Amino acid sequence: MSEVLVVIDHVAGEVKKPTYELLTIARRLGEPAAVFFGSPDQADAVAQKVKAYGAAKVYVVDDAQTKGFLVAPKAEALQQLAEKSSGGDGLAAILLPSTFENKEVAGRLAIKLGSGLITDAVDVQAGESGPVTTQSVFAGNFTVQAKVTHGTPIITVKPNSAAPEEADGAGTVETFDATISDAARTAQIVATQPRQSTGRPELTEAAIVVSGGRGTGGNFEPVEGFADSLGAAVGASRAAVDSGWMPHAFQVGQTGKTVSPQLYVANGISGAIQHRAGMQTSKTIVAVNKDPEAPIFELVDFGVVGDLHTVLPAATEQITVRPR
Amino acid sequence: MNIVVCVKYVPDATADRKFEDDFTVDRVGVDGLLSELDEYAVEQALQFREKREGEEIEITALTVGPEKAVDAVRKALQMGVDKGVHVLDDAIAGSDYVATSLVLAKAIEKIGAESGGADLVVCGMASTDAAGSVIPAMLAERLGLPQVTLASVIESQGDQVRIKRDNEGSTEVIGATLPIVLSVTDQSGEARYPSFKGIMAAKKKPLETFALADLGVDAGEVGLSVAWSQVEDTTERPPRTAGEIVTDEDGSGAGALVEFLASKKFI
Repeated sequence: MSEVLVVIDHVAGEVKKPTYELLTIARRLGEPAAVFFGSPDQADAVAQKVKAYGAAKVYVVDDAQTKGFLVAPKAEALQQLAEKSSGGDGLAAILLPSTFENKEVAGRLAIKLGSGLITDAVDVQAGESGPVTTQSVFAGNFTVQAKVTHGTPIITVKPNSAAPEEADGAGTVETFDATISDAARTAQIVATQPRQSTGRPELTEAAIVVSGGRGTGGNFEPVEGFADSLGAAVGASRAAVDSGWMPHAFQVGQTGKTVSPQLYVANGISGAIQHRAGMQTSKTIVAVNKDPEAPIFELVDFGVVGDLHTVLPAATEQITVRPR
Repeated sequence: MNIVVCVKYVPDATADRKFEDDFTVDRVGVDGLLSELDEYAVEQALQFREKREGEEIEITALTVGPEKAVDAVRKALQMGVDKGVHVLDDAIAGSDYVATSLVLAKAIEKIGAESGGADLVVCGMASTDAAGSVIPAMLAERLGLPQVTLASVIESQGDQVRIKRDNEGSTEVIGATLPIVLSVTDQSGEARYPSFKGIMAAKKKPLETFALADLGVDAGEVGLSVAWSQVEDTTERPPRTAGEIVTDEDGSGAGALVEFLASKKFI
């Protein structure tokens, strides 16, 4: 069976959920081979994690060679790995978690390998002539089925695109020595400031997202309290981010994160097309807004016309005292 | 110094966007405009020049697209860019990222040819239609230039450029030496509106049209029929059915909200 390369999403060896989703998808297409860019010290622990989701192989690329410079070194390493591992019967696909950085890696890799590229897939299935992807486009108003017709299909896949399924893999660890050219070391990462953890679920991975917008007036306490009562991630509209009330990392929408949770609760958010682009595919949508004319109400399964500053704290209180 | 800003003509996001029968984006039947996210690129190119008083800097706006795409270039000219280039060729229609980046790269090389190459290529963070965010990285790959992308803050001195980039779990400072490919986010600063003077001046600014042959690109390398990724089908999402809306009166809203969440088993 052909190999499918899956780039592992992790923070300092802590494997993130999209990796398991991608491994689950990879098993539909061929034999999953996970690629770990990181410290070799963490390789065994990472291998244990990914073999439980069916990784037959774990390629370890020492990130001493790739870190410190933006995107280009990773693309080079993946090119070399793809050329080596496709020696047999060819790679079935290369899957990457759809982050901004990985999309850029995928873009460069597509040109290096002479391969077609599909970004932001929300589903990938095996087809007669290779993987068939589903994408959600035009602010979620259309879904598109597509496939790669040339080279090794390179596909970036959004979080929550598959339910992770456990499966035993061999998890054989193989060290891969990439040769990084000087030309790939030209955009230097001069400083890195890790973002402080909020202790809440990751926005793009959360089952429930509670967002606030202009209507919060800058006070996110009601939104955060309500989110915590539901075990939800907190998001923000662009208006809230532009006002400096929330960091950009929390922005949901066209130029922020796209989320597709089981439940999305929009508070004090009017529902401009740019925001809808980031949340329209959520399974259930709820809104709280003072303005009964707010376009967000066109999308909702349930809406409350009211002031979030009174509705949310009261709802939080009721949920907290509710018997489970 | 030579700056090239890549701009895209996109269907208006607030209009009813749709596909043609061959599954390409309908770029004619829907009102189009300069992609909002490319306005930030134009703005940063202009600011880059404004911060370098006394230096001779020429800024070119470049687009690839159908006839109407020239409107995107015109808007950039009105904002203050010096000249425009429109790559127009029927063979380009339906091109994927790979082919589009090839045409852009060849056009950038041609624009910079007389002055020893472009010193700075500026792009928006994504288009508002395809939203792939891959073209800047592909241009860096093709042009062999440092990739300095997704900048929210841009600073430069001499040939050194430093930017701030918000990554998934961190904020990074990236440094590189010109020439580079730069992409900027919507956090980089509000784009200016064209002034009346700018609109009048734009009418006299040079605007060139290139065909593929002018760029040395073979028509067989681009377009829908040779795209390395192919759309097989598109489906319009059924509109969401109207839900229940309640009005909060004397605290009734919270109770109704909690009941709804309980009925859907979220609590």
